[in-house]
Amino acid sequence: MAAPELLNLGFEFVEIFAFIVLATVGLAVIFGMMGIINLAHGEFILVGAYATSFAVAAGLPLAVAMAVGVVATAAFGLVLERFIIRRLYGRLLDSMVVTWGISLVMIQLTRIAFGNTAPGVGIPFGQLPVVDGPVYYLVLAVIAVGVLGGLYALFTWTDFGVRARATMQDEETARSMGVDTDRMYMATFAIGSGLAGLTGALYAPVMTVTPEYGTSFLVESFVAVVVGGSSVLLGTILASGFLGTVNAAFTNLAGTFMGQVAMLVAAIVAIRLMPDGITGLLSDLREKWGESE
Amino acid sequence: MSVGSSDGPLAGLRRPFEGPNTMGNTPGFWLGFVVAVAVLAALPVLFGYYAAEIGAVFLAYALLGVSLAFIWGYCGILSFGQVVFFGVGGYAFGVVAINVPTLTGATLGLLAAIAVSTCFAAALGYFMFYGGVRNVYVTILTLVVALVLYTFMGQTAGGEWAIGDARLGGFNGMSGVPDLGIGIGSTGLEIGIVAHYYVTLGALVATYLGLRALVNSHFGYAMVATREDESRTEMFGYNTTFIKFAAFTIGGAIAGLSGVLFTTQNNYIDPSVFGITAAALPVVWASVGGRTSLLGTVGAALAIQFLDYQLALSGSEWALVIIGSLLVFVVLVMPEGVAPRLRDIVVDYRSSEPTPADAPAGTEEVSD
Repeated sequence: MAAPELLNLGFEFVEIFAFIVLATVGLAVIFGMMGIINLAHGEFILVGAYATSFAVAAGLPLAVAMAVGVVATAAFGLVLERFIIRRLYGRLLDSMVVTWGISLVMIQLTRIAFGNTAPGVGIPFGQLPVVDGPVYYLVLAVIAVGVLGGLYALFTWTDFGVRARATMQDEETARSMGVDTDRMYMATFAIGSGLAGLTGALYAPVMTVTPEYGTSFLVESFVAVVVGGSSVLLGTILASGFLGTVNAAFTNLAGTFMGQVAMLVAAIVAIRLMPDGITGLLSDLREKWGESE
Repeated sequence: MSVGSSDGPLAGLRRPFEGPNTMGNTPGFWLGFVVAVAVLAALPVLFGYYAAEIGAVFLAYALLGVSLAFIWGYCGILSFGQVVFFGVGGYAFGVVAINVPTLTGATLGLLAAIAVSTCFAAALGYFMFYGGVRNVYVTILTLVVALVLYTFMGQTAGGEWAIGDARLGGFNGMSGVPDLGIGIGSTGLEIGIVAHYYVTLGALVATYLGLRALVNSHFGYAMVATREDESRTEMFGYNTTFIKFAAFTIGGAIAGLSGVLFTTQNNYIDPSVFGITAAALPVVWASVGGRTSLLGTVGAALAIQFLDYQLALSGSEWALVIIGSLLVFVVLVMPEGVAPRLRDIVVDYRSSEPTPADAPAGTEEVSD
């Protein structure tokens, strides 16, 4: 009797969880690793979506078009890092203001260059059998988990990951040990940009791509980064899980809008109780336990 | 204070507004200030009714910019959500004034709007500062609040979203907001277009002078100390949390007032005031003009909005591109903003000249 409802709730959760993870991950990598709050994050997503839309319109298969979106955004991020972002390392507030300026410019340039909508992209894979929703959302969830796993592997197990983390922790020492820190910053920023592009590409089939497309990801991504705290991957997972649960439960009870409102209220309460985010609280707890032993 | 160089007869009058926390502590500066205010006051006379209508909007924006420069430049709190209080003030005025149609409504509306936006800022400030939220997280939270209000007000199109006779109207906005007025019943002063311009100018000048006095007071020193080094200031026994909370609340009240002046000028407000573009504008004005200079922010707000208006008139779509690029350029090239840079140039020029107080230098400083 309650089984279909439970399935619906589960599906809702999976959909929202995937959305928050994918919306956040590019921002979280750049913020967590480099301390840059990229307010143009939404517009990086926009680049990925537009590149994908136009590649599909040009006749490329969807998967290839999405790859084009990722590569285009990573390249775009690389150029921006070289010319602008690199001057702002260590200037947190300035970096926010500048990236906001970039965001304004990009939204308007997109509107001038491409008009108010991009060519549409169809949703692949068809509908689910029991629950009311496309199979594609499940694919998105799998990709979201895959991205998190991939990032974990990249930053913990590879030589590049170790060098990148060394650069972010102590640039001077890393450089004296022979790490090309300049390249590490560049590469990390490009990875973050590429992830934003991936998000834009993945959601191009399910959301109308307009110049304001990126803005629809902003609230979720910023809220999740703040709730998650400074430890990037774990924070993203925990925050997405927490916010996704609240959102899915209330969406099921009272509709999409109330789900959104409940999630934001939960986020504000969470920030009030844990100003350093979930991972900040965890590391506090760990310290406390460490002391009492 | 080096005011002693040429104490005029008005030195006593100037003293409360001068100190190390503001630029322009010379008679030349004040002369220029008076001239600038006089020019602004003459605009409706010179260019007529239409100039007053447009100009009042620019001045209301300038007031909004001042509210951000005050908390960001002097207390180090970068709020991306000043438009929240601006919009909340505007909507609150609309709700009250539409429901109480006489002059009583306009008067009550003004008081209610300032009260509501002040309380809203106090509540948000309490939540953030007493909760230990700091730096970028404050910035992100304020932006999120603005975006949430944008979404929320956008879905209020249905008839059930009405407070008394005032329909919130969703993305179509709330129309039919009465003019500003002071009085009870039908006796009192109704403030028309030209009068509204002067009220807005008066509010801006009064706020500017008030904030100058405030930042040069004991509280202002404590604000600047908090900005410079919060933990050290706390060690000296200051309650920095309260200082930030109070500054943020004052900023919210000013933004609310500017929202009322904006809304009563247009007789209309819609959710786009909470949108990401609108939210960016105060940050652009303060960054370009120089956040540590209240007057620089006013100048930048007037100049940028005038440019924006001219571009819109000529049918150009490039305004936001230019504004955004200007922001990036200024932060990269002169992170402090234009006014502090100009001041440095003036100071360098003066110290290289043997006669310090010559007239041209004085007027140059006015553009600060």
